[in-house]
This record gives sequence, C-alpha cells and structure tokens, in this order.
Amino acid sequence: MKLTGDVWKYGDDIDTDVIIPARYLNTSDPEELAGHCLEDLDSEFTEKMNQGDIIVAGDNFGCGSSREHAPLAIKAAGVSCIIANSFARIFYRNAINIGLPIMESKEAVNSITEGDRLSVDLDQGLIKNLTRAEEYQAKPFPEFMQELIASGGLINYLKKQVSNND
Amino acid sequence: MGMTMVEKILAAHSGRDSLEPGEIVNAKLDLVLGNDITTPVAIEEFEKIGVEEVFDKDKIALVPDHFTPNKDINSAGQTKSIREFAAEKGITNYFEIGEMGIEHCLLPEQGLVKPGQIIIGADSHTCTYGAFGALGTGVGSTDMAAGMATGEAWFKVPETIKFVFTGKLQPWVSGKDLILHTIGDIGVDGALYRAMEFTGEVIDSLSMADRMTISNMAIEAGGKCGLIAPDQTTFDYLAGRVDDDYQVFTSDADASYYKEIEYNVSELEPQVAFPHLPENTRPISQVKDIPVDQVVIGSCTNGRLKDIREAAQVLKGKKKAANVRLLVFPGTQEIYKQAMHEGLIEILIDAGAAVSTPTCGPCLGGHMGVLAAGEKAISTTNRNFVGRMGHPESEVYLANPTVAAASAIAGEIVSPEEVV
Repeated sequence: MKLTGDVWKYGDDIDTDVIIPARYLNTSDPEELAGHCLEDLDSEFTEKMNQGDIIVAGDNFGCGSSREHAPLAIKAAGVSCIIANSFARIFYRNAINIGLPIMESKEAVNSITEGDRLSVDLDQGLIKNLTRAEEYQAKPFPEFMQELIASGGLINYLKKQVSNND
Repeated sequence: MGMTMVEKILAAHSGRDSLEPGEIVNAKLDLVLGNDITTPVAIEEFEKIGVEEVFDKDKIALVPDHFTPNKDINSAGQTKSIREFAAEKGITNYFEIGEMGIEHCLLPEQGLVKPGQIIIGADSHTCTYGAFGALGTGVGSTDMAAGMATGEAWFKVPETIKFVFTGKLQPWVSGKDLILHTIGDIGVDGALYRAMEFTGEVIDSLSMADRMTISNMAIEAGGKCGLIAPDQTTFDYLAGRVDDDYQVFTSDADASYYKEIEYNVSELEPQVAFPHLPENTRPISQVKDIPVDQVVIGSCTNGRLKDIREAAQVLKGKKKAANVRLLVFPGTQEIYKQAMHEGLIEILIDAGAAVSTPTCGPCLGGHMGVLAAGEKAISTTNRNFVGRMGHPESEVYLANPTVAAASAIAGEIVSPEEVV
C-alpha cells in the first residue's frame, strides 16, 4: 500500500497523555477522540492537518499508558502513518493491532523536516521524500507482524483463524 | 547457555525448552486484566472475533477503578458495559465498587497473582506483578480482547537488563526512590522493549510493597516487565492467599544479559522527579522553593498499607499547610480497613487530609483531584507528563509517600527530615 502526505514533526517521548488526555477517555468513539488528537502537545493540530498527513517524531513515541484510544485518535483524525526513531512497546503493539501504519527509521527522522511531502510504500518499507528527492529505508517488521499487518490487524487475523477452524 | 527469568517463563508457556531473545512466541495466559477505560473497547473488539465465550471465566479480572465511583454519565455507561459483560460471560473476578481497589493493589491481595505466571493487562502498570516473579505486562484493548477469546498472546522474547542494588538504605529512602533513581539514570526509554530484572542485597531486604512499587514503574523506563526473583518474603506474602500450585522461575547464573548495571545506594537520598518526565530526577537536597497546591498519596504505585503507614508516621500530630490540599487514596478496601484499625485514617484526617475510597482518579487527571492551570502537585503516583493530572499548564512532581507527606506540612517540597 502506498500513502502520500505532508509531515508534521515532533520531538522525543511524545506520551499518550498528550496524544489523548485522560479527560477525554470517558468515550471510545473514534470521531470524538480524533477531535482532541495531540491536543496538549499542539492545540491546533486537528485544525491545520489534512487527511493523509504523516507524523514524524523522535524516540519512544507513544510512551506511557496502554490506552488504545491514542492510536485510535490518531487514526481517526486522518493521519496515514507515523514515522519515528522508536515507539514505546505498548503503542507499537496497539498500532499494529488496530491497523495504524507505523515505521521506524532514524535516517528518515533525521532528514525530514516539517512540511516535507512524503510518499510511503508500506510493503517495501520505503519512504520517499518528494520535497527533497531523497529515499529512506524503514526497519523491516518480523514475519509474524507482517502477517498481522496484511490481515488488517489482530482481530481480522483472529477472525480468519476462527472461521478456518469452523 | 543459561536462561533469564523472562525467557524461562515464556518458554514454559509456549511449550518450548529454550528460546532466544528476538523470537516471537505464542504464549498461554494465566490472567487477562482490564479496567473501566480499556475494557469497553476490548468488549467491542471481542464481539467482532466471532467466539461466544471467554477462554476461562476464572482467568479474567475486570476492575472498574479509573473513573469510579462513576465520575460522569459517560463513565457510568462504561462501567455498565463491563458489569453487563461480566454477568453475561460469567466472569468470576469482577470487582464492584465497595469491594474493589486499584487493580494492581487489588489483584495480588486477592491471590490472583502467582510466581511464574503470564498476566496481560490493558493497563500499562500490569508490570507490577514482576515483583512476584510473574511476567506481567501492559497491552492495549485489542490484545485484551484476543486474550479473553483465546487465552493466548504473542510476545517477542525480550533481552534482559539486570540491575543490582548494593549497600544499605538511608532513612526515608524506599522502593520509590530506587526506581526513580534507575529511571533518572537510564531514561524513559532506557529499557525499551527489554525486560528489567532487579536483584541484589537491597532488593532482598525490601518488603513486597516496595518491590511492587519498583516493578510498577518498569514501564516508565520503557520496560516490558520488571522482574524480581521470588524469595521467602514473596512466599510469606502469598501464604494464605494462593494455593502452592505455582512454579518459580529464576535466572540461571550463566544467563546472558543485554546489560548489567550496579548501583551502590548507600548514599542515595529520597528522589523527586520534576516535570514533565519521570527521568527528571533530583535528590531531595537539591530541591528548593517549590511550593505545592496539592499533595496526592496513593495509587497503584504507592497506595499500599506500608505507604499509608509511612505517610501517617510523618503527619502524626501535625497539620498540613493551610494552602495545600492533601488527598490520600488507600489502594483497596482491605488496606483502607486495616489503616482504620491501626488509627492511621484518624491521624491523616487530623492532619487535614481528605481520605478517599480507592480510585485511580487523580493520578491521570480523571477526577477527585484535578489541577488548574499553574498549579503544582507532589504525588506518589507514576507519571508527570504534560497535563497528566489536569490542565496542560499544571505541574506534577513525583516522590515517595514520606516526602509527599512532609511537603504537605511545609507547603513546599521538603525532606521528611525537615518536619519530623
């Protein structure tokens, strides 16, 4: 799958509390959560972003809570992909499980600046910077995770297994 | 080559004799946990899978503890959905208001946590159970749903970082200070994707309460789990709470570690983590002129009886400063009751504390102690991210219960030495 979008760039240790503050966790409606996406980090984010835009960040993106509302909010806001140096492990699992594309590439994070336009090939792990005419290779996913991603997340993967067993 | 604790636990649950870091295994689960924020999403996902029943009615624990007692109409709807799901599926370990507690204080107390188990929880502080030599780890709602349906989860076998604590602790220094010091040293991603293993003579000398505080905050260094090998202290805690049908796993002497880090903590002072990351730690002697508006004592990190006792020891016969709000949250009903029997609640109330029924409320800025813009709190909780306890322009400082109690008296962050 190929995605194209403009970059919003943030720093290290973007935690789940700034991605979706707990004051909004009395709902799990993705649309409602999306309206508060990144609110405590960048209060204008949801107004200025366009559908398909890409978040680029430093180390340990999504650290903190296990709240799946964090990747859900980002996905429902219309972000197509997150590229970071590294992801906190629960966020990493959650993103794969719900089918929010994520990629790890230090080279990409170092080279990309806010506003760059990217074209991302998820299957190849290839990130093209259309603004700078550069290419970066993301870290490949282990085989099992590729299967999960190809199935569209954990629930779809399990549904297939359940129906195969019937 | 020997194996580490986490490798042994994962091998035993995936039908393997040995395995290597980096491998992905499908492991059997001993317990699947969820709270009132994460479970409603898990129920929705569970219903999509296409199975009728949960994998084992006795191996799921549902604890509405975050926005409870229900803080608003939406939260009431969330807990209602859990209550109905628990009844419909016959889940035995559902804990209603009045018998519940903060999940990671409650489950060990209820005898649901045993050495050698694998426990996934849709709550990041599920790593608390590492204090019992169990692989407890936080997951999201979808993993919780899959776990409830299949009784299994996939894990990447982590490398292990071994932390060795030597020396003798100074007065007023506790498990909280050891883990804050560790996070201050390695950073909030210092153990990312890795297991943390806490060992050494200092760990051996600690109570289960202190050990749980340490394991609880492994996630604040990015750790997958925070393991402590079971010993007599563990077995004494478990006696009378669990059957002895568990298996104890400890690391082999020739196990391979990603890294070994030794701390001599004889000179370690109480630690304070400054906003807005748990890694921003300073020794209490270097903390000056930080007035506080609110003091929170409690949570899954420091809401156990030992913590309440230590806070009461500092507050006994004293008053909180006039401009400070002092909030105390015993972790469970049992802890609350025991604190009453011991006269601790009276000491706290006489000192000007508001003592609450167990809830996670203020720790995550949910309810029962939300901060306004510009306000500062010192708290025995686990996170001090931007907006964690309320307004994005408020600040949270993390510390142990004695420092929090002392700061309530002084009206600014101080060492217990200055008030006792």
